[in-house]
Amino acid sequence: MITIAGLTRSYGLRPVLRGVDLTADAGSITAIFGPNGTGKSTLLRVLATLIRPGGGTVSVAGCALPEQSEAARSLIGAVLHGPLLYSELNADENLRFYARLYDLPAPTARIDALLERVGLTRRRRDPVRVYSRGMQQRLAVARALLHQPQVLLLDEPYTGLDPAGTALLDAVLREQAQSGAAVVLTSHDLEHGLALADQVVVLARGRVQLATPSHEFTPEAFMARYAEVVA
Amino acid sequence: MKSLTWLNIAAAALLATSLALVWFAAPLEASMGAVQKIFYFHVAAAWVGMVGFLITFVVGIIYLIRPNPKLDWLGAATAEVGLLLSIITTVTGSIWARPAWNTWWTWDVRLTTYTIAILIYVGYLFLRGAIEDPTRRARFAAVYGVVGFISVPLTFLSIRLWQSIHPAVIGTATPTSQGGFDMAPIMALIVILAQVTTVLVFAALTATRYRLLELQDQVDAQRALALQAESDLPSHSPATASVAK
Amino acid sequence: MKRYFKVIGAVVWKDLAAELRSRETVSAMIVFSMLMVLVFSIALELNRGARESTAAGVLWATALFSGTLGLNRGLGREQDRGTLEGLLLAPADRSALYFGKFLSSWVLILAVQVVTVPVLSVLYNFNLAQPLVLLSLILGTLGYTGVGTLLSAVSAQTRARDVLLPILLLPVSVPVLMAGVQSSGGALAGEPWSELMIWFSLLVTYDVIFLAVAVMVFEAVVGE
Repeated sequence: MITIAGLTRSYGLRPVLRGVDLTADAGSITAIFGPNGTGKSTLLRVLATLIRPGGGTVSVAGCALPEQSEAARSLIGAVLHGPLLYSELNADENLRFYARLYDLPAPTARIDALLERVGLTRRRRDPVRVYSRGMQQRLAVARALLHQPQVLLLDEPYTGLDPAGTALLDAVLREQAQSGAAVVLTSHDLEHGLALADQVVVLARGRVQLATPSHEFTPEAFMARYAEVVA
Repeated sequence: MKSLTWLNIAAAALLATSLALVWFAAPLEASMGAVQKIFYFHVAAAWVGMVGFLITFVVGIIYLIRPNPKLDWLGAATAEVGLLLSIITTVTGSIWARPAWNTWWTWDVRLTTYTIAILIYVGYLFLRGAIEDPTRRARFAAVYGVVGFISVPLTFLSIRLWQSIHPAVIGTATPTSQGGFDMAPIMALIVILAQVTTVLVFAALTATRYRLLELQDQVDAQRALALQAESDLPSHSPATASVAK
Repeated sequence: MKRYFKVIGAVVWKDLAAELRSRETVSAMIVFSMLMVLVFSIALELNRGARESTAAGVLWATALFSGTLGLNRGLGREQDRGTLEGLLLAPADRSALYFGKFLSSWVLILAVQVVTVPVLSVLYNFNLAQPLVLLSLILGTLGYTGVGTLLSAVSAQTRARDVLLPILLLPVSVPVLMAGVQSSGGALAGEPWSELMIWFSLLVTYDVIFLAVAVMVFEAVVGE
């Protein structure tokens, strides 16, 4: 579903990604770990078609980037650092706006179902500016799922979520993987990520230092390995 | 020695020769006196400056279709030199206006268009200075180099239309009075020489500026390599990291 | 094609709905316009004769400067809150996004004129709301907003954003200012259509050229 080979990318003069190789299959969850500033966000932004790869080959949902970015966009859903929401509009209006951008045929039923799924049905008429950080994050997830993407990219999606929100997002991501989507997320919580994901990846110094199935590790072993790889 | 150095030497020599000819060999024009000597380089600076902006425009279009940093360096260089020549044009034009039309400033079509063009390309340089990422800087500069240049003929047209309704020239002479002197053969020769000189000076300055931007890019690339080498080392050993710098 | 207009409509609807709730941009633009009218009146110490000949100039200067304010916010806010990424993630044609942002800014700029024109008419004591003056405003602000939307996308992504937009936009807009002032000033002075037509054609030419160029290069500015 996602195939990356030799991906490089600099920001201005600073090389951030320096030859990333990675694959993520349909129906699986991949968790990417790594210290701050190692290019996790950059990697997701390349996959989301927001920035061009500097070199190497990238294929997302069968589309080569950057050549087929246009086609890829309708197959990709993304939760990035910002919630990508308009604070003056309410939850309903935000989703309706994005539904029109994605040209969804029957948005109302889809929006109702998603708001119900993320537990915002009661607050759907409130403007987003009065939402808590966690509620905004739930709505951001609903926004990303709107067009039933085949590839779901999430940049530190658990920030700001309370335990209930975390459990909800876990369940939603598992559902997405079960229905055949490739889910890729970045996280700083090693233990939680290991438990959730099928594949764990450690990114450091602009390269993939480790990419293995998560069942190969106990949490303790993984933490030790992570410390070793990142040092 | 490098060809760039030879170009600079040739441009400097030719500039000195033609200036000397303008000052000492060219006859004093009867009705306007010494100020008429501005004319030689005023006209040359005017059209060569506009050619500079034209190159920035063309190079910008090519860049937007097929990005290449060399095009960006060239566009930046010609915009800078074009700006310099336009400022020379406006200043000499204004000095010309004083005896010819009895005022330092007139809303003459050409003078005004050049002044607005100067403002556009000052904006172009501002824009370049406000962006750090080289590719983004190149892209945005290309866009503004295109948009800015397209507005120049429209500005010229609108001022010309405006002029035809409100004649703005103060004093006795008409705006065409600059053609109103007789040209001796020696003057015609110096006119041609001044054009050639200005083109050569333009080429030399552009090539030098281009070379500087190229070198700047190489320095930046070296720095990027150093950064890369630094981050490859274990982060907790500052002693080795500082060696890499 | 239907889909293209759907995207334009969605962006316009979203911008205007958000503006209708907060009224932040439009109210700032109106207050700024009123202040400019006031400043001009004081600075120029206008007698009746001078007022008539300068009214068109004051009208246009006010429209352009308050317009910069609105344009700066249009894409600046999308950039600030990261929603520009939301737009770019969508499988929507970049030129449709451009037209959406352009139209919503244009509507705001025209909405401000709905206030400025009557106020100026009252203060200057003669009617500015004449068909040809309004046509000149509509045509002039169209081209101005067209380039302005493009250049605001440029300036929003630089370090110097707030100061940069007017520096980039105003010199490029000189033809609009000239044609706008001449056409509306001529209309106020009662010049016949045959005299004014040339200015209106210049406005239309400017609009066509700059909208076309802006649409073509917008992708280079927002997308990478």
